[in-house]
Amino acid sequence: MLSRTAEHLYWMARYIERAESTARLIEMGQRMAMLPGSGARDEWRSVVMAAGAADLFGKDDRITEPAAVRALLLDPANTSSIRSCLSKARANGKAVRTALTREMWEALNDGWRRLETVDGDTAALRRELPDILDWTRARATLFRGAAEAGMLRNDGWDFLRIGGFVERSDMVLRLLDVKYYVLLPETEVVGGGRDHHQWTSVLYATSASRAFHHVYRGDYAPWKIADFLILNRAFPRSLLHCYRETGVHLDRIARRYGKRHDCHTTANVMIARLEDAGMGELFRDGLHEFIGEAIRVTGRLSSEISRAYHF
Amino acid sequence: MFNEMTGRDGTLREPYAGVAKWLEETGVDLLQRRSEEAEAIFRRIGVTFAVYGEGGDPERLIPFDLVPRVFAAAEWRRLDRGIRQRARALNAFLHDVYHRGEILRAGLVPADLVYRNAAFLPEMVGVEPPGRVYSHIVGIDIVRTGPGDFQVLEDNCRTPSGVSYMLENREIMMRMFPELFDGGRVMPVDDYPDSLRNTLEEVAPAACKGEPTCVVLTPGSLNSAYYEHSFLADLMGVELVEPQDLFVDEGLVWMRTTRGPTRVDVIYRRIDDDFIDPLAFRPDSMLGVPGIFDAYRAGGVTLCSAPGAGVADDKAVYCFVPDMIRFYLGEAPILENVPTWRCAEPDARAHVLDRLEELVVKEVHGSGGYGMLIGPRSTAEERAAYARRIEAEPDAFIAQPTLELSACPTLGGGDLGPRHVDFRPYCLVGRSMRLVPGGLTRVALREGSLVVNSSQGGGVKDTWILSE
Repeated sequence: MLSRTAEHLYWMARYIERAESTARLIEMGQRMAMLPGSGARDEWRSVVMAAGAADLFGKDDRITEPAAVRALLLDPANTSSIRSCLSKARANGKAVRTALTREMWEALNDGWRRLETVDGDTAALRRELPDILDWTRARATLFRGAAEAGMLRNDGWDFLRIGGFVERSDMVLRLLDVKYYVLLPETEVVGGGRDHHQWTSVLYATSASRAFHHVYRGDYAPWKIADFLILNRAFPRSLLHCYRETGVHLDRIARRYGKRHDCHTTANVMIARLEDAGMGELFRDGLHEFIGEAIRVTGRLSSEISRAYHF
Repeated sequence: MFNEMTGRDGTLREPYAGVAKWLEETGVDLLQRRSEEAEAIFRRIGVTFAVYGEGGDPERLIPFDLVPRVFAAAEWRRLDRGIRQRARALNAFLHDVYHRGEILRAGLVPADLVYRNAAFLPEMVGVEPPGRVYSHIVGIDIVRTGPGDFQVLEDNCRTPSGVSYMLENREIMMRMFPELFDGGRVMPVDDYPDSLRNTLEEVAPAACKGEPTCVVLTPGSLNSAYYEHSFLADLMGVELVEPQDLFVDEGLVWMRTTRGPTRVDVIYRRIDDDFIDPLAFRPDSMLGVPGIFDAYRAGGVTLCSAPGAGVADDKAVYCFVPDMIRFYLGEAPILENVPTWRCAEPDARAHVLDRLEELVVKEVHGSGGYGMLIGPRSTAEERAAYARRIEAEPDAFIAQPTLELSACPTLGGGDLGPRHVDFRPYCLVGRSMRLVPGGLTRVALREGSLVVNSSQGGGVKDTWILSE
């Protein structure tokens, strides 16, 4: 397939995932802001940091909810805002219309200008926000469903899936990074009880709350949450799962093309490491260091993929 | 005015019997509602053309009118023969002007009209395209003024657009009103993409061994006809490439793929000559593929249409197509031209300037319905201004009588009324010739308007050719 097509499919999937993640981050922010004592903490700063949008705000500014929501939802200058993501996903899709099924295109195209007309005014935005966030997640779900049900299982499918899983890996890592940092005062041991709500909010941000209950029966120890988000083999947003799926699709491409590249090695090394590691080990060696390194590896993986397939 | 459904005297014409019955049973209110549904479907699918820089919605729909336009089998038989004849003659003319120029030597076509034409490419002289085909998709704009009166208004030899509407209009009609197609009286058009692909494969270059790789070349997703480019590539099952996906190496054209470079044999290009190769033509073009023209000349790749094919579809050259038919084919033209005065000729010019208020005057290189003077609808000042332009540059203008175009019932303003229509069929020319029974009907949605161009408030209709 054309390299440009592979590139567009890869990024289209990334932007769709990112729009959905940003929607969930906003919901997490709202939950946290409702907790007692939230006024004293700078909750929205952690949200915009996880969304990669901290640069839009001054270092010492207090970030208010309306400002954060406008930045994450509507700001065209923020490359991770939902509006930017959806419009870039559509632009990528439009450039490769022939590689999409009609249903996939319709999922991207239907209502694509909706966010242009949203009123940035605080009261109106608050009223409309739950609807918009639901709508955003529905777009992503519809898109994935349309791809799952209708797309040929060719290399285009692989590039699409890889894009989705690389973005998810990146997202869960950024979230952990921010939460870890925010939650760890220099003098305190990780895992103190008062972090309970902070940690559960992380579960909400990854749609993991129910799933976590099923596995751990409501025992919100932070290392269990980290274990769930990093090492769980069944949870579809865990780092290990995302890397394994990335590996599966990279292997399919390698078999089809008869050639392996650096990206295959990078993915496999990470998978092996995650499969062998226990959470105790990750905590002992420094969870924060691990997360920082995993973020760098994921970035490298993405550029190795584009190098290997000429995009 | 000739109404295609009810003639001149109000008697229902046979081909429209089914449509008339359906219109009556459905009623205007329901039609209006279904029309809104159709628009919603078009928008969701994304059948749009792009208009940037004017503000408002950048991606617009061409208004679709639900009432089909119908041709009887016998009418189509004649059109079919006339269209094929014209497509053959135009290609013969192109081969001739880039080789010996017999028709010019015979004095039938003024040499200046060809050699000093901006669309004439000296670089193409002596080049022998596969199958001697220059224009692979010939779009012929046909108007009707009476029951048996069909005339050609214009030829399009480069990259006539609109065929996606022919296909989508039918698709949507069949989806919304399946009962209309019961009994299979309407000839299908959905084999157009296969025919196009076969046509492209037939003109693979000599350098191609084995199954040819065909692609559609688009300037990109901001182009106004991008939807059509992607639609055709998709239905043909070929890659839709942009110039940056292609490169030339050792006289061959390659596309960049995830497995590395892949050979390309036939390019259906939707980019103008000027922009296709910055080395051969406009050096400032950001669009082109450097070296592609040399690869073409050397037989490494086939470009459809051939560079320089535009010299045959100029509005001044148009006047001579009936002569071409007689000269190259030894046949009488089946479809006549609209009588045309070339203002370059002093007698004709005097005649035109005398009768401006009756005529339609067009720019020779104009398109899209822009820059025309419609005499009967113009003011004295407009005519005076136009006359000055004609006198300043007579070569640049032609004039035709104001035709009373036929009309079809059309939904508008809560009612069904007659609106003027034209017709563009798409003739495919490879080593053999293919013509899908159908085409694009454009309709002037404003009451009384004669301008059918989508840029000026025109719409489209599904076009039916009835089987025998």
